[in-house]
Amino acid sequence: MAEIRVEHLRKAFGDFVAVQDSNFVVEDGEFFVMLGPSGCGKTTTLRMIAGLELPTGGKILLGGEDVTMRRARERDIAFVFQLFALYPHMNVRKNIGFPLLAQGMPGAEIRSRVEETAKLLRIDHLLNKSVSGLAGGDRQRVALGRAIVRRPKCFLMDEPLGTLDTEFRDLMVHELRELHNRIHATTVYVTHDQMEAMSMADKIAVMNHGVIEQFGTPREIYDRPATMFVADFIGSPPMNFLGFGGGLSKGAREIVVQGAKVAVPEIREDVAPAEMALGIRPEHIRFDDASKLRGAIYGTEYLGTTQIVAVETADGIIKARVPAEIRLNPGDHVGLALSSARLSLFAKGSGRAVRTEIHDSASQGRAHHG
Amino acid sequence: MSLTSAHSVVAPSATSKRVAGTIIVAYALISIVPLLWIFATSFKTPPDSIAYPPKILFQPSLEGYCNLFSTRTRQTPEYINSLGPATGLCDETVRKRNMVIAGPSNFMPRFVNSLIIAFGSTFCAVFLGTLSAYGFSRFKVPLADDLLFFILSTRMMPPIAVAIPIYLMYRELGLSDTALGMILLYTAVNVSLAVWLLKGFIDEIPREYEEAAMIDGYTRLQAFWRTVLPQATTGIAATAIFCLIFAWNEYAFAALLTSGTAQTAPPFIPTIIGEGGQDWPAVAAGTTIFLVPILVFTILLRKQLLRGITFGAVRK
Repeated sequence: MAEIRVEHLRKAFGDFVAVQDSNFVVEDGEFFVMLGPSGCGKTTTLRMIAGLELPTGGKILLGGEDVTMRRARERDIAFVFQLFALYPHMNVRKNIGFPLLAQGMPGAEIRSRVEETAKLLRIDHLLNKSVSGLAGGDRQRVALGRAIVRRPKCFLMDEPLGTLDTEFRDLMVHELRELHNRIHATTVYVTHDQMEAMSMADKIAVMNHGVIEQFGTPREIYDRPATMFVADFIGSPPMNFLGFGGGLSKGAREIVVQGAKVAVPEIREDVAPAEMALGIRPEHIRFDDASKLRGAIYGTEYLGTTQIVAVETADGIIKARVPAEIRLNPGDHVGLALSSARLSLFAKGSGRAVRTEIHDSASQGRAHHG
Repeated sequence: MSLTSAHSVVAPSATSKRVAGTIIVAYALISIVPLLWIFATSFKTPPDSIAYPPKILFQPSLEGYCNLFSTRTRQTPEYINSLGPATGLCDETVRKRNMVIAGPSNFMPRFVNSLIIAFGSTFCAVFLGTLSAYGFSRFKVPLADDLLFFILSTRMMPPIAVAIPIYLMYRELGLSDTALGMILLYTAVNVSLAVWLLKGFIDEIPREYEEAAMIDGYTRLQAFWRTVLPQATTGIAATAIFCLIFAWNEYAFAALLTSGTAQTAPPFIPTIIGEGGQDWPAVAAGTTIFLVPILVFTILLRKQLLRGITFGAVRK
């Protein structure tokens, strides 16, 4: 097992820049998820780590060794493909043993290693079956088996759950994380599904247009999004934005939105007057008639334990997650109270988050990742 | 499945199935009549073969096959009677026509030439075609589209249009009337077809298979051999049949470039007609035997051929 270090990684296909100056470190034994919409460069980054694409610039270090230009087969990594890439002309046993065969391992040893791996994944009863007859989840397990049988330096997974049914997916998310907890293999996992990312990752990198927008733990990414893109991409429904104008000064604890004063976490930097946005997670909104921030109920989605209420305000619709018991009717006027300690502020032009006390309190004692 | 009263919009109705079946059977019968005719003629005697109206029922005879495999000389009945008893069925048949067997005919060597040249060129075309198709499918080949177009250009005119330059080149190079020359020629014509057909098949095989193998420690060539090739067998079989049929049946170049040692069966069979009257049973016997290898090869690969042709439709 090894640490993966990516430095100033760049990939261009002709004029199109797929990955732009990526920097991150996946520590030994960490489960790292690259999350982003399709076409954001996450798969390209993964393929460069694997050696299936060569970078246009930058460096990739595996366990301290520079492997940037090395062939895939010389990197000692395992890759799980979205469509599993199980060889249809081989049975399960041969599929799992295929990487060991390449190393010239004796047949008896391959046999015992394959059986041990199959037991770990609970597919030992399928070893002599043809892969074409397997159900989605079992195919997934065989693909995982082929990856772990070799005990490589790290695992790379490209949306491995993308083709499974929702039901299977939840199960596999659980199984994958459990497997990781048992073997502690450095893993890079690519997905566009925030649920998978949040529930499995130790660290997440959110990518958009070839750029890593934020790198951090699931909690950091959800609670302190670094950009409006991250705030919007993570969370369901996503973070609400209320526009406001004017500058911000260091030490301020209050802003004015739609004529109402809103308390915010203490601002830690000066911002010149510009278009700004206040970011509020739906669950940080309460209905309070005393509030000056007002809107009219537009519609509700009843979810059982909670409900999502769309409220039409002067700045468009915002969504609030409130207890399911509250009775609401479309057209009702409500006041919106915001949980001050949990609010984010963004500069609309750059999309960057404004530094506030929530950033400072969190980053104490931890290294800052690019 | 027992919704007999319900009308399915996708399943064909009983009537349309019956009509389609009738058409297919009729077409199959029409297609097979010439073959049956040749097969029957090969077992007729020469007088039966030109009888009018044609004989459907006749006394089968092996005279055609005897004549095909032998050369004969006409002798006087006195001379024939002076010989000892007939040494075999053919000897006996031939003597009835006042002839004796002088030796074997050229049919066997010509047939062997056909086998060597057709299978040799098919192997070369499919081998080169598979490798080139893989290259075109997986790598960024500069000017790939133009190259593929140029490769196909060998098929844009009848090959015989370039017969004269090829004839002259072959004479200079000493390739005239050699098996090697014919293999090279048929390979050149077939390789374009092979590249195009196989590129389609290989494009359909996801590249993740080789990528997985390469990550798992194999070289590209090993990955190609162990993961791509086994999945391309249907395409390779279909391509091989098409190449073989072309090389096996080719007449014009064979007639022009081969005359002796490397002559193939197609230009040889018509020459039988000239030898001592129009010996249709011998021609029919030659044609019947000529059909056998293609028939066997196609039946052996029939499964692959069918799957190959319906490739995209049934794969996933």
